Amino acid sequence: MSRDRTRTTAFPVDHNDIELIKSAHPPHWKNPQPDGPYNLVVIGAGPAGLTAAYEAAGLGAKVALIERNLIGGTCVNVGCIPSKSIIRTARLYADMRDAQNFGGDMPDRLHVDFQRAMTRMRQIRQRISRADSAAGLVSEGIDLYFGEARFSGRDAVTVAGQTLRFRKALVATGARASLPTIPGLAETGYLSNETMFDLTECPKRLLVIGGGPLGCEAAQAFCLLGAKVIQAQREPMFLPGEERDAAQILSDALAREGVEVRLNTEVVAVRTEGGKKLADLVCDDITTTISVDEIITGIGRSPNVDGLDLENAGVAYDADGIKVDDYLRTANPRIYAAGDVCLAYKFTHTAEATARMVVRNALFLGRRKLSELVIPWCTYTDPEIAHVGLYPAEARQNGIPVKTYTVLMHDVARAVMDGEEEGFVKIHVREGSDRILGATVVASHAGEMINAVSLAIKSGMGLRALADVIHPFPTQAQGIKMAGDAYRRTRLTSSWKHLAGRWLAWSRRW
Amino acid sequence: MLRAEPAALSDDELLDRYQRAAFDYFIENVNPENGLVADTSRPNSPASIAVVGFALSCYPVGVERGWMARDAAAKLTLAALRFFSTSPQGNGDEVTGHKGFYYHFLDMRTGLRVWRCELSMVDTALLISGMLVASAYFSGDNGEEAEIRQLAETLYRRVDWRWAQGSSPTLRQGWKPKSGFLHYGWEGYNEATILYVLSMASPDSPTSDNSYEGWTATYQWENIYGYDVLYGGPLFMHQFSHAWIDFAGIRDAFMREKNSDYFENSRRSTYLHRDYARHNPYSYSGYDENLWGLSAGDGPGGFRTSVERQRRRFSGYAARGAPFGPDDGTIAPWSYPASLPFAPEICLAALRHLGDRYPEVIDNFRLPSGFNPTLANRRKFGRHGWVSEGHYGLDQGIVALMIENHRSGLIWRLMRSNRHIRNGLRKAGFNGGWLSQPASPASGGGDVA
Repeated sequence: MSRDRTRTTAFPVDHNDIELIKSAHPPHWKNPQPDGPYNLVVIGAGPAGLTAAYEAAGLGAKVALIERNLIGGTCVNVGCIPSKSIIRTARLYADMRDAQNFGGDMPDRLHVDFQRAMTRMRQIRQRISRADSAAGLVSEGIDLYFGEARFSGRDAVTVAGQTLRFRKALVATGARASLPTIPGLAETGYLSNETMFDLTECPKRLLVIGGGPLGCEAAQAFCLLGAKVIQAQREPMFLPGEERDAAQILSDALAREGVEVRLNTEVVAVRTEGGKKLADLVCDDITTTISVDEIITGIGRSPNVDGLDLENAGVAYDADGIKVDDYLRTANPRIYAAGDVCLAYKFTHTAEATARMVVRNALFLGRRKLSELVIPWCTYTDPEIAHVGLYPAEARQNGIPVKTYTVLMHDVARAVMDGEEEGFVKIHVREGSDRILGATVVASHAGEMINAVSLAIKSGMGLRALADVIHPFPTQAQGIKMAGDAYRRTRLTSSWKHLAGRWLAWSRRW
Repeated sequence: MLRAEPAALSDDELLDRYQRAAFDYFIENVNPENGLVADTSRPNSPASIAVVGFALSCYPVGVERGWMARDAAAKLTLAALRFFSTSPQGNGDEVTGHKGFYYHFLDMRTGLRVWRCELSMVDTALLISGMLVASAYFSGDNGEEAEIRQLAETLYRRVDWRWAQGSSPTLRQGWKPKSGFLHYGWEGYNEATILYVLSMASPDSPTSDNSYEGWTATYQWENIYGYDVLYGGPLFMHQFSHAWIDFAGIRDAFMREKNSDYFENSRRSTYLHRDYARHNPYSYSGYDENLWGLSAGDGPGGFRTSVERQRRRFSGYAARGAPFGPDDGTIAPWSYPASLPFAPEICLAALRHLGDRYPEVIDNFRLPSGFNPTLANRRKFGRHGWVSEGHYGLDQGIVALMIENHRSGLIWRLMRSNRHIRNGLRKAGFNGGWLSQPASPASGGGDVA
C-alpha cells in the first residue's frame, strides 16, 4: 500500500467503501505477537507484497506482512481496478453514441449517470478486494500487522511498538502520485489518479495535465462521461517513448471524441477566480488562459521511500526509488525490493513478477534476474496501446538491424465486424531472421492480443512459428498470425518460386 | 475549371499543361521588388520562404521551357537573393531571420516576420536549395549571373547550422525569440534529408558528424501491405527532398543495410498510398486505385460529423497520412505529379482520372491543395464537396519541379553538379550511383565551385 494518504476526505463514499475497509483494514485489528525471527518480513500489502507473502507462506516460510493502510495497494484501491471499471462505463456511452455504426439506434436522450458509474466502480473494487482480505491472509498462515514500518537495524523492523526480526525482508511500499510543481496548483486544489475516484459529480470542464498513460486514460474516460476535457501535454506527442504511429492514432482518437488536445503545451500557473480554476497554458511563446471546474494531473509516480528509516538498515535509495541489483537485492543483502518502489516499469504485473523473483532469490538461493523478464504493458485507452520487448529505435541504437511486419486492424476481419478496425499490429524482428525483438499492438483489445507475442518471446518462438499457430476464425488476435503470414510471404524468394513452379509443372505430367 | 479536354492530350502535352499552370503561380504571385512569393494565392497572404525556394528552382525550368526570358528569370532571382542578403537578421523583433536562417512567413512588402511564426530550419533548407539551383543554372559571365552565384554561396555559407543542433545531434525544427528552440520531435523519416545534406556540407558552420546518424537511428523499416518501406505517412515526406536530389542508385548506411534506395522507397510509398485508398477503411467517397494521395495540405476545417454512420473528425490545414492516418477523406491531388518520377504509370492514371471525374476541382490545369468528395452535399458544402480555395505555392512548386525531373531531369542534373550537395551526401554516408562519377557541369549552368 502506498505510504501517503490514499483515502481522501471523501473516502469512504458509500457502503461499498465501508465494506472494503472492513475487509482490507478491519477496525479494531489486533496485531499478532512475533514469535522469533521471520524468514521473510514484507513491508507493503500491494500486488508485490501480497504475491511474495502468499508464495513464501505457501512454501512453508514464516512470513510477516505489514500494511499501514488498505490491503491491495494502489492497484485495487486507487489504480487499475477503479480506472478500468470506469473506462468500461465510458466505452458503453461511446458505443451508445455510436449505435448507428453497429446497426442500432441511438437513444433519443442520452443521459450520463455519473454517480451510477462511480457506484459500479466501488462495487467492483470492493468485490475484487475481498480476494485479499485480512482474514484470508491470516488463514494462509501469514502474520498480518497494521501500522507504520520502520527499520530499526539491518535485520529488524518495528511496527506498532513491536520489533520484528528477519532473515530476509522485502520492501514493497509502492509509489504515489507525484506532486506537480506548477505554481498555485496545490493552493487551487487538484485531483490525482488516486483521488479522482472519489468524485461524486462529473466536472463540466476539466483540465487534464499530462499525456502519459494516466493522463490519456483519464482524459478519454471523462470526455466520454460528458466532461468538456482539455488535455495539455508538454511533449509533441502523447505517450512519449511509444511508437510515433501509436501516439498519432491515439491523438486522433482523443480529438475525434471531443478532447481538446493541446500538444507542446505546458501549464505554467494555476489560480482560483470566481469559484473557477484558471490555468495559464504556454505553447511556444503564446500564453492562453482557460477556465475549468476541476484539474486532474497524470504526470507520474514517486516511490514511497520516506518514513521507513532505510538508513538504519543500510538500504540505498534516491528520488527514483530503492537501488537494487539485477537480483533485486538492495545495498543490504538481507533486504530486497520489488514493485513500484524500485522499478522504472510501475505496473501491477511487474510488481507481482518481481515479488516472485524475490521469494526464489531471497529464500531459496535463486539467481533470477530482472533483466531477463519479458515485460509487456498496455495503456487502456480506446484503442488500447500495448507493447512488449524492444522498440525499433532501441534495437538500432544497439546495432541490431530490425524489420517490422505491420498488419492494419482494418485488414483483420473480426475487427471490421466489431467496428474496431482502428490500429495495427507491428512485430519487430531481427533483419534476416524471424527472431522477435518486440511488438506494439494498437487495437481495441491490444492488452489481450499482446500476450501471444510475449509468450513467443519468452519461449523463443520465432515469427515463422507464430504463423503456424492456428487461431480460431474470426478473432482479432488473428492480426498477430497475419504478421507471421506477412513474414512468410517475404521469405518466398524468386528462386524458391521458380523452383516451386518447375516442381509443380513437372507434377502435372503425371 | 479545365479549359481543354485533357483526354485528347498526349501524356507529355497533359504534363506540359499542368507544369505550366503550376509554374505560372510564381509569376502571378511574386513581388518583383524583393523576389518574395506568396504562400497562397489568397488575398493578403504573406510570403513563405520555402515557396521562394521553389520559385528560384522553377525559374530555370521556365527559361528552358521557353516560358520566360533568361534575363527576366535572372532579375527575379537576383531580387530575392539581394533581399535576403540585405534584410535584417537578429534575435529581436522587426527582422527577417537569425543566424542565417529565416522566419517561415514574411510580409510580402517589408519582408519582416509575420504571425509570430517560427524561425524554420527545414523551410530555410528549401530556400537555400533554390538558391543553389540558381547558382548552378546561371553560369554566365555577365554581372547579374555572377552576382547570383556569389550571393547564393554567401547566403548558404552564413547559415549557422551547428547552432540549430542545440544540445542534441539532430537538428531542431524551429526557434522563437522568446521560447528558444521548439521541442518538436524529428522522430522517424520525413522530408528533412536535404536539410541534413546542406547542414553537413557547410564549409563554415557544419553540424556535427553524428547528426545524420542521430536522425536515421529513428527510422523504421516496415513491411506494410506487402511493401518493404521506410515509413513516412504523408506523401510529401517522400517528395520534397527528392525535388532537388536524385536519390536513385545512391545509398546511405541505412539503405545499404536494406538493399534499397530512397528513390525506390518513394516509389513503394506511392504504391502504398494507392493500396490504402483501395482498402478505404473509413469508406470515404471516391477512394480507389485512381483516387489516392494523403499529404500535408489544406482541409475543410475543424469539425466533427458522421460519415456512413461513423463519427469522423475533419481538419483544416494538416499533415494527413496513410495507412495510420490521420485521414478525413481529403485528397491532395498535387501528389500525382509530385510522385511522377517514382511511379509514372499510376500517377498519370490518377491525374487523368482526376480530370475525367473531378474536373471542377482543377482550375485551368492548376491543382488545389486539397478536396474532399466525401463532404458532397453535407453541411454547408455543395455537390462537389469541399475544394480548397485558391492555390498554395508549395504544391505548385513541387508539381513544377517533379514534372520537370520526370521530363528532363533538369533540377537533378543541376544539383548533381553542386559540390555542396555532393559533399553533404558523402558526409551523410551516401555512395554509389551518380555520386561515384565525377561532377560534370550541368546544361545551362556550371558548378559554382
